[in-house]
Amino acid sequence: MGTQMTNRTGANAPAPAIVRLDGAGKAFGPVKALDHVDLLISPGECLGLVGHNGAGKSTLVNLITGLFAPSQGRVDYPGAEGPLAAGIRAISQEGTLCPNLTVLENLSVVQRDLTGPGWRARAAGRIGRALDAVFPGHRIRPEALVHDMTLAEQQMVEIAIGFSEGATPARLVVLDEPTSSLDASIAAQLLAHVRRFCAEGGAVVFISHMMGEIFDVATRIVVMRDGRNIADRPADAFTRQSLVDAMGHVAADDHSDSSAATAPRNLGDRAKAILRTPEGIEARKGEIVGLAGLAGHGQAEALARFYLSQSSDWRGAADPRAAFVAGDRRRDGVMPVWSIRRNLSLAMLDRLTRSGLIDQHRETEIGESWRKRIGIRTPDMGNPILSLSGGNQQKALFARALATTAPVIVMDDPMRGVDIGTKTEVYEMIRQEAAQGRTFLWYSTEMDEIRNCDRVFVFRDGAISAELEGDQITEENVLAASFEFGETAA
Amino acid sequence: MTQMLSLHRAPWFWAWMAAFAAFLATWSLSVGGGGGGMALLVAALTFGSFSVLTGLGQMLVITMGPGNTDLSIPATMTLAATLSLKLMGGMTGPVALIVLAGLAAALLIGAAVGVANFTLIRLLRIPPIIATLSASFLYQSLAIWSNRGLRIKPPEVLADFTTGRALLGMPNLAWAALAVSVGFWVLLNRSGFGRRVSAIGQNPRAARLAGVPVARISAMTYVICATMAGLTGFLLACFSGGAALNMGAEFLLMSIAVTVIGGSSIAGGNSNVPGIWAGALFMYLIVSMLNSYGLGAGVRLLLTGVIIIAIVAAASGRKG
Repeated sequence: MGTQMTNRTGANAPAPAIVRLDGAGKAFGPVKALDHVDLLISPGECLGLVGHNGAGKSTLVNLITGLFAPSQGRVDYPGAEGPLAAGIRAISQEGTLCPNLTVLENLSVVQRDLTGPGWRARAAGRIGRALDAVFPGHRIRPEALVHDMTLAEQQMVEIAIGFSEGATPARLVVLDEPTSSLDASIAAQLLAHVRRFCAEGGAVVFISHMMGEIFDVATRIVVMRDGRNIADRPADAFTRQSLVDAMGHVAADDHSDSSAATAPRNLGDRAKAILRTPEGIEARKGEIVGLAGLAGHGQAEALARFYLSQSSDWRGAADPRAAFVAGDRRRDGVMPVWSIRRNLSLAMLDRLTRSGLIDQHRETEIGESWRKRIGIRTPDMGNPILSLSGGNQQKALFARALATTAPVIVMDDPMRGVDIGTKTEVYEMIRQEAAQGRTFLWYSTEMDEIRNCDRVFVFRDGAISAELEGDQITEENVLAASFEFGETAA
Repeated sequence: MTQMLSLHRAPWFWAWMAAFAAFLATWSLSVGGGGGGMALLVAALTFGSFSVLTGLGQMLVITMGPGNTDLSIPATMTLAATLSLKLMGGMTGPVALIVLAGLAAALLIGAAVGVANFTLIRLLRIPPIIATLSASFLYQSLAIWSNRGLRIKPPEVLADFTTGRALLGMPNLAWAALAVSVGFWVLLNRSGFGRRVSAIGQNPRAARLAGVPVARISAMTYVICATMAGLTGFLLACFSGGAALNMGAEFLLMSIAVTVIGGSSIAGGNSNVPGIWAGALFMYLIVSMLNSYGLGAGVRLLLTGVIIIAIVAAASGRKG
């Protein structure tokens, strides 16, 4: 249905398309990252690509650049053999420069014709002209080591490499969050260059969470959701509001089942906050405070900073001030060598020890009681933690935090990869614990979890962009605050 | 039956098998039979004790995960032995007091070295291997500077104790090492400290986020390791009639080897005490076996290396 809305914009342009996706899809095991996408990109176009985290934007880009082969449908480059010959270049969000190489050497990594005698001079010419064209007045030396450059300079070099001359001229440049480390004036230079490049017959795919930039450069906007392109129209057919609405539409049944959860609770005066972080997060006793916004906008860092400020590198505490539930289990949570029981008791060791020695009898009892209470599906808590499914490992990590006496529980998007049954059980447990006076700081990228919160802080670019409470906690408001509009969001 | 199975799965099982095989092989070579076996066992236990004592400390450090190794053990042994023997040599008074003062000095010097090591690692953010290795030159120089080539004899009572066999005909040193080992076993398997060392070894970031005071635990671990080196240096100097500048040299690799052969994971988080004993006995026996064959030093070292690799490979293959 949504895919039928595709406008055949390519029909307006006489030149053949640079890339054509025909019902293209990509599945990773059972997960469909991209589902039956039709897309045509023609010379002279600047395509704005928007969508929430996990909507499939990166997968789409990887199909266009030929990094992934489609598992369904076709990706064609009319008139060219492959993505390289078609002049498709991509600048990724994370940065792919080699820090131990100079700018010139980095250019030669992607432009393989830069070999033989005199390659440095040719490379210096190419990158110099590209930098001068995109960022006039830049102060980047081509012989400089990437490692010694600022983040913004590195991003500028990466963009310049994308637009530089080469054996095959650039015809389609994909820019994924290209302005994330650039200041306003440099970003404006880039946007001007994108418009120039497209006017001269090049094409650009522009991904950004800054709505202002999208409207600034895009001639056409594609909205992605759940791996499909659900809207594909000329940019002037969108308003800011209609764009946000298109990105964030949620199936109706999602609204109903969790609305009862957020009946306003009497939490007392807002001035009675028991915690305040430097970022401005506040929480009262018994409050469930959500941290929302797009992934990677500083929520996890804010939580980690808070937790580290509440615990010590030198003193263990029988009564910790906070306990942490990891979302990235392997990196931040699970002790792979140990049994479930030992994993569970780690945060409360100081309550289990008598003159330094662990009371193993009590440890077993506590393990058993949590096995029943949180429903860890195992016959024996002495089994290795890795024998459990991901969801059950996560329950053990929840139990680790809840078994402490900590008044504040910090949760770093803990429901990743957890099935819906487990989620419902854990939501219920969180509400019970909050009713008994525990405070929760809960970072989540999923809207139905955010709806469980009493108050929500939306993060953008490492800072709080909105504070929502009660009825204000809607997907529309969270999304509006997650994206940059260049003006105050509603 | 189930006990047999779990015994077979214990990480130290293969190390003990290897040690036992090495014992039989060496014994069968020594002519004379029964008496030779006893002498061999006593020798293995005596020399093995030093490896056990350094190995226990090293094992604790290695348990904290990749990169954690104390390379200052030899220099610490020399420094503690030199200074404590010098102290005892200059003291007059009741023998018990002299002995106690010497022991306390050795332990304290070890602990101070541990604090210094950890300070370098923590404050200057130097990788532990580099920090302990470079600091060991400092400790070695201190030892050279303080004893100026003099060889001070240990008090007679200590020399007698360390070479004696008071109980069941077994060396006193082995009994002492056994007592310390039991302490380490409790520390590692029953104490909150041991749990936390293991947690850091598996995933330091996750350990910190679970409330483990990572800095304190690492500091204690390095202090315990260096204290064990101080103790070993003290005992070895008393055993061999005085401190020598190169007395600790072989324990640099020995302490690591016995840890690894004993089945402790070099990747951290997993370690065990019985394996240290098997590793220590095995290492002694394998060298005496190759000696009895009358092989040259080069071939001996080569075979020792090959055998260690074989044991470690067999042990890790079993886990997979």
